[in-house]
Amino acid sequence: MKIVIARGRVIDPASGLDRVSDVCITDNRLTAVGERPKDFHPDRTIDANGLIVAPGLVDLCARLMEPGSEGALKVEMQAALAGGVTGVVCPPDTDPPLDEPGLVRMLRQTSRASAGARTYPLGALTTGLKGDALAEIKTLYETGCVAFMQTGSLPHDNSVLLQAMRYAKTFDLPLWLRPVEDTLAGSGVAAAGPVAGRLGLPSIPVVAETVALQTIFELQRASGARLHICRLSSAAGIELVRRAKQEGLPVTADVGIHHVHLIDVDIGYFDARFRLDPPLRSARDRDAIVAGLADGTIDAICSDHAPVGDDDKHLPFGEATPGATALETLLPLTLKWASENKVPLVTALARVTSRPAEILGEDTGRLTVGAKADIVVFDPDAHWRVTPDVLKSAGKNTPFAGYELLGRARYTLVGGDVRLGG
Amino acid sequence: MGTRNPQLNSNGELHHLLSTEGLPKAVIERILSTADSFINVAEREVKSVPLLRGKSVFNLFFENSTRTRTTFEIAARRLSADVFNLDIIRSSAAKGESLLDTIDNLSAMQADMFVVRHAASGAPYLIAQHVKPHIHVINAGDGRHAHPTQGLLDMYTIRHYKKEFTNLTVAIVGDILHSRVARSDIHALTTLGVPDVRAVGPLTLLPAGLEEMGLRVFTKLEEGIKGADVIIMLRLQNERMKGALLPSAQEYFAYYGLTPEKLALAKPDAIVMHPGPMNRGVEIDSRVADGASAVILPQVTFGIAVRMAALSIAASSSRMQ
Repeated sequence: MKIVIARGRVIDPASGLDRVSDVCITDNRLTAVGERPKDFHPDRTIDANGLIVAPGLVDLCARLMEPGSEGALKVEMQAALAGGVTGVVCPPDTDPPLDEPGLVRMLRQTSRASAGARTYPLGALTTGLKGDALAEIKTLYETGCVAFMQTGSLPHDNSVLLQAMRYAKTFDLPLWLRPVEDTLAGSGVAAAGPVAGRLGLPSIPVVAETVALQTIFELQRASGARLHICRLSSAAGIELVRRAKQEGLPVTADVGIHHVHLIDVDIGYFDARFRLDPPLRSARDRDAIVAGLADGTIDAICSDHAPVGDDDKHLPFGEATPGATALETLLPLTLKWASENKVPLVTALARVTSRPAEILGEDTGRLTVGAKADIVVFDPDAHWRVTPDVLKSAGKNTPFAGYELLGRARYTLVGGDVRLGG
Repeated sequence: MGTRNPQLNSNGELHHLLSTEGLPKAVIERILSTADSFINVAEREVKSVPLLRGKSVFNLFFENSTRTRTTFEIAARRLSADVFNLDIIRSSAAKGESLLDTIDNLSAMQADMFVVRHAASGAPYLIAQHVKPHIHVINAGDGRHAHPTQGLLDMYTIRHYKKEFTNLTVAIVGDILHSRVARSDIHALTTLGVPDVRAVGPLTLLPAGLEEMGLRVFTKLEEGIKGADVIIMLRLQNERMKGALLPSAQEYFAYYGLTPEKLALAKPDAIVMHPGPMNRGVEIDSRVADGASAVILPQVTFGIAVRMAALSIAASSSRMQ
């Protein structure tokens, strides 16, 4: 099968390419970018005139709800494709948690059968994610897990974390950690500050993040493990990551897309759609996130997609389940961040394509000859309104419900297979 | 992002009473002056007026509070409403019914007004956004967030004794972090133009953002009540002693308990208020609680009239648009 994506504005963040040209695909790989070879006779031509051709988005965190609820993954995969997402990292906080090879195999099978985006399972770092005993992480790695994560917060016991880092270092496996110190986060539901104070919401102080990061980096210095920090939320936390990188620690970091745009004030009158984990913080923190993305302290933006149903959202703010649907809004919200902050598109797209792919060590996220043909063709000028009927995900709750957003995927290709716009 | 004041209808009339925050000064003043007219009702032979005749008021207490529920019940009955008390803790919620399902069920019983007490901050907002446009929601206390009728009865009490707000120094003392009364008082006091509102307590009991709300923060009781016209003592719940917020009731009383000696630092005609129930010997010395400065029992009496005013004003607003 030969496909040409013709006359689109091709943006490849990995190489810095940004110009109108053709992209040729033979079977599942890119065979030419630029001038179409004379002997290339496509079976299919996709007219990308006026559209942008970019690597498919690689999302470092999206919950596909399997294992846990059967059939859910297929639905969420349609959301991924609609959002131009071709690679999805699945966190292990499923039900049951991804701590056994059998579960990982099942997830990969279900995922392949769904003909959606590629899935990259994260294995549970500890059995049952309980934080006390290591899961069989080397075996899980051989089964297809790309890295190992402790979701929620750090293990209570620092020696568990230190040994986990040492064991991971033994096999050069990367660990993904949420910088949350549980005893300081407590039962908080909003960021500590004037908004939580006024609304009388139990709050999570910034020190819950910074103390966790200090612990993480100290133990990393002692162990030499490779780490990825998930979902930074505070200016002080970002500063600690910046210093760790300057020091040369092998660490990368991401933020959720909502935290690039929203702040605690947006909670308004207890709007549970703004109940997120980590909580939305102050404008100063949001500005630090934007600055951290610009200077590369923050490597990647993820959707942190969580399809939370109405039964779990139509509750008092503190009782509502945190999270929002975001696979379909990741691309337009990334474009919104770029245009509002005058970030060149090639730089902005790197945060959702090439950098996350590099973090995964994957041969995607770039439009170079020989790479896997995971591609999104999107219309940067397409207006669309975020409404429940437009969203493919089972989760309809998002802080951006009712918003007009700019930018919509027209074609999504995974391994040369046209899975959206076919 | 949904920031329109959810308490007011499109004519700016009070439709739900959810918080004193964002309540226009004119609305607060109207509630206080309407309460004036109800003060005398209690002293009449027939202790009721027909303003809510034929209306059904449901007291929905998801959290126990016999005292507050009773004052709302008296207020609604004096307005001639039909009052129904639902002890939610022991009924539907225990069976796993969701909050909004409970509300839908009760709405189907032709409720006109819900008086809601809930442990989660913001729960009455969720209910107010959900109910049909003719139904009114009155917040009788939500989590740490608000207790607007208590805030308003405190304003009524202050006005009764001090006449004006714009020349006052008001000190709020104690567990402000966990207090919905404190938050409701703060917003009402600043809206009514009190120039010096103070928060007094140990740093473990003071929430972030008090300065942004227009307060001066004091950690020493003696400094915080110096020259005050009004001292509002907050209840300190026993459960606060369990963690690391405070070492003991004894130490709290030694540094933050209001004794006659400390009260002497306030203005000679200062009044001492407390939302009740009091912990004698923890936040307040009995000699102060029973002394000439205390206006704690009048607060309770005024509370009925203020709640009558709030219920009748909300009930008279046109439909929520």
